[in-house]
Amino acid sequence: MSAIDERFQQLREAGKKAFIPFVTAGDPSLDMTTRVLRELAQAGASIAEVGVPYSDPIADGPVIQASYTRALDSGFRLRELWPAMAQCRADLGQMPLVSMISYSIIHRMGIDAFLDSAQGAGFSGAIVPDLLLEEGDTLRSAARQRDFSLIHLVTPTTDRDRMVRIAEASTGFLYFVSVTGITGERNELPAELLDQVAWLKARTELPVCVGFGISRPEHVRMLRPIADGVIVGSAIVRRLAEHADADTALGAVRQLAAELIEALEEDA
Amino acid sequence: MTTDSNPSTMRLSQLPDAHGRFGPYGGRYVPETLTRALEELEREYAAAREDVAFRRELDELLAQFVGRPSPIYHARRLSEMAGGAQIWFKREDLNHTGAHKINNTLGQALLTLRMGKQRVIAETGAGQHGVATATACAHFGIPCVVYMGAEDVRRQRPNVFSMKLLGAEVRPVTSGSRTLRDAVNEALRDWMASVETTHYIIGSVIGPHPFPMMVRDFQAVIGREARQQSLDTFGRLPDTVVACVGGGSNAAGMFYPFIDDDQVRLVGVEAGGISPEPGQNASPLTHGAPGVLHGSRSYVMQDEDGQTSPVHSVSAGLDYPGVGPEHSYWRDVGRVEYTECRDDTALKTFDLVAKTEGILPALESSHAIAKAMELAATMPADKIVMVCLSGRGDKDAAEIARLRGEEY
Ligand SMILES: Cc1ncc(COP(=O)(O)O)c(C=O)c1O
Repeated sequence: MSAIDERFQQLREAGKKAFIPFVTAGDPSLDMTTRVLRELAQAGASIAEVGVPYSDPIADGPVIQASYTRALDSGFRLRELWPAMAQCRADLGQMPLVSMISYSIIHRMGIDAFLDSAQGAGFSGAIVPDLLLEEGDTLRSAARQRDFSLIHLVTPTTDRDRMVRIAEASTGFLYFVSVTGITGERNELPAELLDQVAWLKARTELPVCVGFGISRPEHVRMLRPIADGVIVGSAIVRRLAEHADADTALGAVRQLAAELIEALEEDA
Repeated sequence: MTTDSNPSTMRLSQLPDAHGRFGPYGGRYVPETLTRALEELEREYAAAREDVAFRRELDELLAQFVGRPSPIYHARRLSEMAGGAQIWFKREDLNHTGAHKINNTLGQALLTLRMGKQRVIAETGAGQHGVATATACAHFGIPCVVYMGAEDVRRQRPNVFSMKLLGAEVRPVTSGSRTLRDAVNEALRDWMASVETTHYIIGSVIGPHPFPMMVRDFQAVIGREARQQSLDTFGRLPDTVVACVGGGSNAAGMFYPFIDDDQVRLVGVEAGGISPEPGQNASPLTHGAPGVLHGSRSYVMQDEDGQTSPVHSVSAGLDYPGVGPEHSYWRDVGRVEYTECRDDTALKTFDLVAKTEGILPALESSHAIAKAMELAATMPADKIVMVCLSGRGDKDAAEIARLRGEEY
């Protein structure tokens, strides 16, 4: 069991759904990233995703791309990420950390070096958006041996039998991508999404969390009856980017998290 | 086949395997969203390849619309200047639209129709692939969007206007290095959202499986013709075959039909830029290391964190940090030698070929010609060096004028 499995077990027992915010590491600085993570843990986030900046992110829309570029331009380095995360880990209480990281970076580091570094820094799992089921055997078995969750993604274009195979390979939870497209805030989520998530949930024990495009309380209310959690990225990254003053930015994130958590927990 | 079949090299022409692997290279490193489209493309391409009607339609287009076969040409004065072996050009510059890129775009446009997709996107560096895609789309009446780095829009202006004349929409890309790599990123992002109705015509032997194999196959017409033309003209195969390597499509197309002919020396020429220092060249096979970029595992220029490094070449079509996975394998097994040619040598060669042969070669191709002259100089006069003249240089005239501080 990883800390992510434990977290979902607690949530299930309490009849709650997961709020999973995403932040870009090093945007604008690692110090700010750790402050945001503390803020999110206090606000009651269930798990946090930490995006590792990458020069060529093809699954990301303009907001997250720009955050990766800002982080890299201000000198983001992996060797500084791990100690920064390890240092703030103790302040994050029960909130597990998941890295969102391109396979290009993992490949460069080497699988064991990546797992050593990530686990050493207190990460409980990883989402690797450009690693398909077919290419993932080596990382998957290495991660499994260490109880490090490897969270796979399914999308609206994934065939149904493939969804089931991906669910069987995934650990921690399953990431259901809400839209055919890249990350970024959307006004509306596709109407067929709920049916697709419900279909998959009937076929897996794994928690199914929905991400891409989610930014508003009404999205959360729509997903709450079916999904086990919601993942919110661009909406948070944008708020951090909009405010040059750190305390104002943190306030904006705190407010957004509070609104979304409230929408997740209010009585239906 | 006129050559004996050595089992160890025979296998090279049979790659990739069922997973799109050339040894440890290739594969499919993309978001899950693209899986279904890649599987569909793989299936449709496999069926089309066996379909006589598809092949006939493509061959007819290549003959009547492109003007194939392209001739081979003895560059006599250039050979004399080099002093040594005969230098021959495979004249891809004489194709309709002026480069080898059209061989691939017509094949993929036909596949687009076969798959029932209604829109095409493409990336372009030098603009040659953009023009060739816009041309194929105009021919078939398919709406077309071309992504092009803003820096390349500047240095390849004539091609930008041609694409517009052909009815394509050109979208300048202002992220990152504003060159080919960023154009590929932006095209892939478009495809992430449009994949159900849109085909992405990748312009080189890069990207996730089946693109490297499929683009190689469409470009292999270059090498098949050159091989037959050599047999017809010389009664034997050339001794050395040379091509420039950006993503590697003209080189793969030129080399592939010779890959099992062990007696033919194959030489790929990367962009040596200004120097071997990081950031000053675009030679992943010479200065890079295996990594993952744009959907496949191959040699790539990246830093110790796996971030793609900046690259430089005077030639927009070679200004790319990655290379096709099959080239990585050919390099590792030693079948193809890869070397580099610097900006200044390519520019000098451009000038020389213009004045001695009456041909303006593309700056990309000038890299290959420079290396061919170097090799020819070390070989006796009865030997033959065949260079892929991948495209014409009209598109580069304005940029060359700018570099020289002259009026265009
Ligand atoms: C004339 C010409 N040659 C070569 C290239 C390099 O591409 P590749 O290595 O795929 O042939 C280009 C790319 O734009 C080109 O226009």
